[in-house]
Amino acid sequence: MKIRVALQSAIEALIANPLRSFLTMLGIMIGVASVMAMMAISEGAARQVDQQIAQLGASNLTIYPGSSRMGPRSSGASSDQPFTETDIALIRQEPFVTAVAARNPGSATVVSGQDNWSTSLNGTNTDYLVTQSLKISEGRFFDDREASSGAAVAVIGKTVADNLFEGTNPVGQTIRANNVPLEIIGVLETRGASVGPGGDRDDVVIVPISTARNRITGGNPTVARYVTSMEVGIADGYDMATAQEQLETRLREIRRIPPGGTDNFRVFNIADFIRARSSTQATFGVLLAFTAAVSLIVGGVGVMNIMLVSVTERTREIGLRMAVGARSTDILGQFLAEALALCLIGGVIGSALGVGAANLAARLGEFPVEISPRIAIIAIGASALIGLFFGFFPARQAARLNPIEALRHE
Amino acid sequence: MPSAATRIITCRDLTKVYRMGTQEVFALRGVNLDFTEGEMTAIMGPSGSGKSTLMNMIGALDVPTSGELTIKGRPLSNLSRDELADLRNQTIGFVFQQFNLLHRATALANVKLPLLYSRTPIDDATARARECLEMVGLGDRMDHRPMQLSGGQQQRVAIARALAGRPSILLADEPTGALDTKTSEGIMDLLTGLSQDGITVILVTHEAEVAAYTQRQIHFRDGQVERDERSGA
Repeated sequence: MKIRVALQSAIEALIANPLRSFLTMLGIMIGVASVMAMMAISEGAARQVDQQIAQLGASNLTIYPGSSRMGPRSSGASSDQPFTETDIALIRQEPFVTAVAARNPGSATVVSGQDNWSTSLNGTNTDYLVTQSLKISEGRFFDDREASSGAAVAVIGKTVADNLFEGTNPVGQTIRANNVPLEIIGVLETRGASVGPGGDRDDVVIVPISTARNRITGGNPTVARYVTSMEVGIADGYDMATAQEQLETRLREIRRIPPGGTDNFRVFNIADFIRARSSTQATFGVLLAFTAAVSLIVGGVGVMNIMLVSVTERTREIGLRMAVGARSTDILGQFLAEALALCLIGGVIGSALGVGAANLAARLGEFPVEISPRIAIIAIGASALIGLFFGFFPARQAARLNPIEALRHE
Repeated sequence: MPSAATRIITCRDLTKVYRMGTQEVFALRGVNLDFTEGEMTAIMGPSGSGKSTLMNMIGALDVPTSGELTIKGRPLSNLSRDELADLRNQTIGFVFQQFNLLHRATALANVKLPLLYSRTPIDDATARARECLEMVGLGDRMDHRPMQLSGGQQQRVAIARALAGRPSILLADEPTGALDTKTSEGIMDLLTGLSQDGITVILVTHEAEVAAYTQRQIHFRDGQVERDERSGA
């Protein structure tokens, strides 16, 4: 009941001075709105990064051969001792590895009847389904036997299907990729445009690695069962850094690198790569939110100022309340409730304005924004804390008044 | 003569000194007084004689520089700030010359105020506030704000507020000071009735007509009791 009484008298006091209350709230509103907007923008950027990572496989590590080096002369990326399907089989034995997909990328001109289409062509194995979380909308993916036997089959992306078959079902039809006839056995579910570089992720033809190597894009003349790079899926919940270390150790064994020797391979964590690139963006967001928080504090100082004025103006009222039996804590509670009410109402209105501002920023600046209830709770909670913090000093001042001096105050 | 057992307020050597720059001003100089339960007393004297200071001390609003004040057997110097607040809330009702009503609140809300601080359940508080307003003859003005009431009515609201906590002591500092003669009579009849109901009423006045309602008149001069008279009421 005490709290209800305190809140009720707080609201009455605020209504008694509507313009003053509004102007005081305005400071809090602007502060909360800018905190909200900034947080929405920086969270939006963070989510975009998460999406990129998810698209590229959050729990994948990618392994490339290193660049071979003769003295000062480097032969360029991935020029060192290449990988083969034997490496895939060995790495797959590691307990924390869920899948090892080969990636032999290339490009191809695909022809169906009169139509032709230039696209990227990827030779891989069945684990590619796992590492890329692929879904098949029609037909099926190739199986292990087809992957290793050079079967003339292909799974195509939605963009390829649309461009070559325009609405008719491509499954069962034949295309020619670089003049090699392939039977389409499946169509991938659409994955949309890549957020990062890479463009349309549906513009792809996937073929068994053996088929790509032997018949379409060609392999490495010096190495049998050549694999360009490997994509390793790591078990859920397994620490990526540990996995990376263990993979590196294992690869050094497989590739017989003596202790102290230079690695002739590179293990990449794509998620790390993207996070590093986006960390400047995140820092910028934090800086913006900090600036906004400063404006919230300025709003709080405004609340304190007006509360001090209010305590002085209502000194007689405070004296009267004490004379009829209000304890110091009752007076403290009353003025704290008033400051809290100012800030909470300002906070709620400010949040609404913040959502509006974030949406406007999203539309005008084409920022990705993310407005989560979490942000609203933080923003409103922060304004409540501001109210309690900056309301405390004036409220304590009121509570410490001497009743008789307060009553005599003119 | 009243026995010591019914003594409700005792003042022993009460002194109050204000410091005005380097000068010391004595508002009270060693006042010794006893008040008996149910008695109606008028404190009289010229302004600055210390009568209001004494009232404020009995009302637990002010503290003496030295001396001891005891209310219902409890020496006030031993009480904490909160205990003094509770005393003002439950034992003492205070009526001011300027009414001191909250002008934003209705008569009912004003009367309810002390009950909110005694943590009375809201429904009980409302019922008690209505009862008190009816007691002072304002049963039909409960939802009026002070601005919509006459001076006499406002003072009645203030008396109702002072009664809300069922106090045993009612202190009135110049209760009729801001009212005309006819209205004053009504207020004094009300206070006399309360005294007859057993409440100890102490009022400060400088009007003989008002003092005539009481059984005892204490005259103050220069911070000291000049005369302490009982009329055979």
